[in-house]
Amino acid sequence: MKKLSARRRHPLAALVVLLLALAATGGLYAAFAPAGKAQADVAAQSLAIDEGKKLFAVGCSSCHGLNGEGSSDGPSLVGVGSAAVDFQVGTGRMPAQQPGAQVPRKPNIYSQAEIDQLAAFVASLGPGPVTPTEEQYTSTNPDDLSKGGELFRTNCAQCHNFAGQGGALTQGKYAPSLEGVDAKHIYEAMQTGPQNMPSFPDSTMPEEQKKQIVAFVRHTTNDEPNPGGLTLGSLGPVTEGLFGWIFGLGALIAVAIWVAAHTTKAKKS
Amino acid sequence: MSSTSSTTSGAAKPASTRAKPANKWEQAADWTDGRLGIYSLAKTNLRKIFPDHWSFMLGEICLYTFIIIILTGVYLTLFFKPSMGEVVYNGSYIPLKGIPMSEAYASTVDISFEVRGGLLVRQIHHWAALVFVAAMFVHMMRVFFTGAFRKPREINWVFGFLLLVLGMFDGFFGYSLPDDLLSGTGIRFMEGAVLATPLIGTYVQMFLFGGEFPGHDIVPRFFTIHVLLIPGIMLGLLVAHLILVFYHKHTQWAGPGKTEKNVVGMPLMPVYMAKAGGFFFLVFGLIAAISAIASINPIWAYGPYRPDQVSTDAQPDWYMGFSEGLIRIMPGWEVSLWGHTLNLGVAIPLMVLFPMVLVSIAAYPFIEGWITGDKREHHILDRPRNAPVRTALGAAWISLYLVLLAAGGNDLFATHLHLSINSVTYFVRVGMFVVPVIVFIVTKRWCLGLQRRDKEKVLHGRETGVIKRLPHGEFVEVHAQLPQKDLHKLTAHEQIEPFELPAETDENGVASKANVLDRTRAKLSRGFYGEGSQIPKPTSEEHHEITSGHGHH
Amino acid sequence: MSHDMSEEKLPESHGSAGHHEVAAHGDPFADPGLPAHEPRRTDIDERAAKRAERQVSLMFVVSMLATIGFIASYVAIDPDKIVYIWPLGHVSALNFALGMTLGLALFLIGAGAVHWARTLMSDHEIPAERHPIEADDEVRADVIEQFRTGAAESGFGRRKMIRNTLIGSMALVPLSGVVLLRDLGPLPEDKLEHTGWEEATDAKPLQLINMNTNQPMKAEDIITGSLTFAMPEGLSTHDEDFQQRIAKDALMLVRIAPENIKDDKSKEKGFEGILAYSKICTHVGCPISLYEQQTHHALCPCHQSTFDLADGARVIFGPAGHPLPQLKITTDEKGFLVAHGDFDEPVGPSYWERAR
Repeated sequence: MKKLSARRRHPLAALVVLLLALAATGGLYAAFAPAGKAQADVAAQSLAIDEGKKLFAVGCSSCHGLNGEGSSDGPSLVGVGSAAVDFQVGTGRMPAQQPGAQVPRKPNIYSQAEIDQLAAFVASLGPGPVTPTEEQYTSTNPDDLSKGGELFRTNCAQCHNFAGQGGALTQGKYAPSLEGVDAKHIYEAMQTGPQNMPSFPDSTMPEEQKKQIVAFVRHTTNDEPNPGGLTLGSLGPVTEGLFGWIFGLGALIAVAIWVAAHTTKAKKS
Repeated sequence: MSSTSSTTSGAAKPASTRAKPANKWEQAADWTDGRLGIYSLAKTNLRKIFPDHWSFMLGEICLYTFIIIILTGVYLTLFFKPSMGEVVYNGSYIPLKGIPMSEAYASTVDISFEVRGGLLVRQIHHWAALVFVAAMFVHMMRVFFTGAFRKPREINWVFGFLLLVLGMFDGFFGYSLPDDLLSGTGIRFMEGAVLATPLIGTYVQMFLFGGEFPGHDIVPRFFTIHVLLIPGIMLGLLVAHLILVFYHKHTQWAGPGKTEKNVVGMPLMPVYMAKAGGFFFLVFGLIAAISAIASINPIWAYGPYRPDQVSTDAQPDWYMGFSEGLIRIMPGWEVSLWGHTLNLGVAIPLMVLFPMVLVSIAAYPFIEGWITGDKREHHILDRPRNAPVRTALGAAWISLYLVLLAAGGNDLFATHLHLSINSVTYFVRVGMFVVPVIVFIVTKRWCLGLQRRDKEKVLHGRETGVIKRLPHGEFVEVHAQLPQKDLHKLTAHEQIEPFELPAETDENGVASKANVLDRTRAKLSRGFYGEGSQIPKPTSEEHHEITSGHGHH
Repeated sequence: MSHDMSEEKLPESHGSAGHHEVAAHGDPFADPGLPAHEPRRTDIDERAAKRAERQVSLMFVVSMLATIGFIASYVAIDPDKIVYIWPLGHVSALNFALGMTLGLALFLIGAGAVHWARTLMSDHEIPAERHPIEADDEVRADVIEQFRTGAAESGFGRRKMIRNTLIGSMALVPLSGVVLLRDLGPLPEDKLEHTGWEEATDAKPLQLINMNTNQPMKAEDIITGSLTFAMPEGLSTHDEDFQQRIAKDALMLVRIAPENIKDDKSKEKGFEGILAYSKICTHVGCPISLYEQQTHHALCPCHQSTFDLADGARVIFGPAGHPLPQLKITTDEKGFLVAHGDFDEPVGPSYWERAR
């Protein structure tokens, strides 16, 4: 308690309190917010746009402008489409903690229903990539795996690594790991090209191929066994070298110490 | 001898003067000795003495991993097809089904998934290779820091160095064989490096690849180099290396009863046969277990090589990492002169710096030998602290190596430590010059500090932790005199006097200027062994004075 | 760490001589000689020795069992079987079983042998004499004399003609071996100077084929911020020379809003902001394709050369020495993207004969 009171006058105290309050509000909101109900019918669409606009005004407009026209802190959202919103908000990247070139993935604070409403609103600003349906990103053909793998190595592995582990870009930016990313979000990322990722629109990478890539990524990051043992992060020779030094040579030297050591003398035991 | 033969030749049946063999084994041994002379060979070697110390077993790790690599490598050649002919994969690994690939890649995937135990042998082969080069590196550092490279072992040092370099390159060729996406990227890098060679680059490239990159020849050619040419040379060097180890007899640490004229330890038969022979099985067993636990080079996950595909984290195996680092931190210098291009961004790191890093350590024994001018044989090892400048130079070299190794993985440093890849690169560009200097200074001071501590221990004994109150009230800690064996051990090393130039003028007053080489030598010698580079070791007079004077305080 | 006194005194009780006496009289630092041998427990206690013997044998027995386990695993386990083993994850049951049994079988042989040596074999340290490597002067003189005799008998120094012609023939004979290497490959000629795009002419332009779809592309297919890879029309992944061709022909297509393109020449070579760069890094030839669509920077995954695609692919970081070559593109009458000719400079890493 004494510690706490001593820090009360700290210049950052107000900020901490504010952040705590915000987090609490957000948490309560998330907990009590209405769960997503089926709002599939067409009449509900305009309602969704209205709801989305309200949510947008609260959560997004400070950077993207009240009507998504963009500002110095955030790009225009006219024409980015619902897929972009579903990806950015669904993966927790938006709302961003701070504007910047690299907005990291974090826990998502909106329910899927709210994301859909936001997406409906942004989609109404101008035509753009549409949130895919489950059939679009769920592969049923077993051949898709190898085709997806080849496409992945042509289009994706240069940044995300052969096993989808991610990699470095310039100036501290990075291509994130694809581990644990929803199939839908992988699909949407290819459609929309979030942040520094280029887009792979249907005109140059047809839907079918995106589905194949999704199948490969999900397989590689989720279901693929590692027959040889520990993957060591699937990062190639660097971690293998480290493991070889520490556990290979390290263990051998430990054994060598035992082999060469003098046996305990009787007097000392 | 001649008289016996002449007498027996006259007799009806030729008889040997040798005693009758006691049993079948002796009989067989006699038979062999009559043809190979094994008794004289065994006389000096069967009870050959080897000293016991863990660091003397590092070379054995190299030897054993090399044997493991050969054993597993031979097995792999039974299944591997070194061909770049195109096939369409139709094996059991679903994510590659229907993909066109080279036979080399397809057969490696088959070794991993269709041949029972093939994956294990592949992984043992590769893990053993990583450990092999790592062990050679550590072994070389052991020899360096203990001064075991001094006369008469300089040539063996060079043999060892050549084994290290050949091991690195053979590893690189082996890594290139499966023709997967990672290794293909490595070969592409090599092509670019060859092209950067001034004058002859394009010719070498065409001849090496049998045409334009990648062609169909490079994998079979590398295969021959990897399984025959380099291992053959290495085997020869290895045998020579071991013969010299036997011939020179092993070095030993200073200690009671150990001199430059003897070697103290246990005999080859039986102790070292059991220990060294057993150690082979320990090494093999451990590497087999590691290969059961950890995956290495999962080529099926990389996919087959295509020159238009790449995966990030494209690195060579660790032992080539420092050359990768040199390449990554080099600024993009390219000079165009008279219609020709000099790709310095590749040529300098690979053709100048890469050999320099290696040769600098290889040449060191000769440089030190020249500076000290010492022509005597050395069989007692230096403790690293007693050769501060050598130790500091070695540490600086290691730090340079490590900085470059880090540069070779700069992208992983960036992603895993949340740094910018550009900053990592800038840091290394500066660090490769600054870090070794800092490490040199710190290590030298550290060594001198340890020398001071040794001196203190010799003169004042060991702290016992017992506090005594003197009659006048002062508290002192009781120091216990070291036993003589420890006193001997701590003072057994000799301290080299810096080389002095002959007087500038001779006795007749005629100026005799020393030449540049001698002056350099004198300067270096002062730097190595002059004041500030070693702490004068305690003399027995000093010791007498203190122990007989006011006793322990 | 406090040593107790009796242990500290231990060496004295059976040392060869009292140390302090020596120290008091002679040189305190003198070599006291090899310490006397101290017995191990197994040397003096038959029960301990028996125990060690049993331990060694046990290791050998378990090793035998492990080898049997290895053979059993080889026979019984399906190579496709995947099992979950903590903490390794889902691994091949066969690989794990074989590796562990083989590892155990080998390790225990080694451990048994070493334990045997450490506990039951004699641990008396024996000094062996060293002899100087150098021969003594007598031998040296003898050998030199022998050599001189041999050299004189050969007449090598006297008959200069024989010597010189021998040296000449020995120097020439390896040339045969060098000449034999000539057919390792073709001469470079101008092979590195052009790519498969050279077949494109004004009369018969070559379409840019999307690597994903194997179809030609229209300008409107390439949207701003997208990344597409292309190869020349007529090339197929199943071609015999596909690997050689794609190693030089691969293209990276990006579209940048024309007002953001800083280099006019580059803009001109493009089509409505669509720029076709060589995918092959000018450093050592990795396929460079880490394109950041906001900064327009392309990074090479191998050595981090960074090119600004909005500025004629100028090198802004890393070891590459010159910009990525750009292919001039336009559209044909059907609206498909085409090239009318080759790159105007060699693609890929630079080399000695490269003109620029």
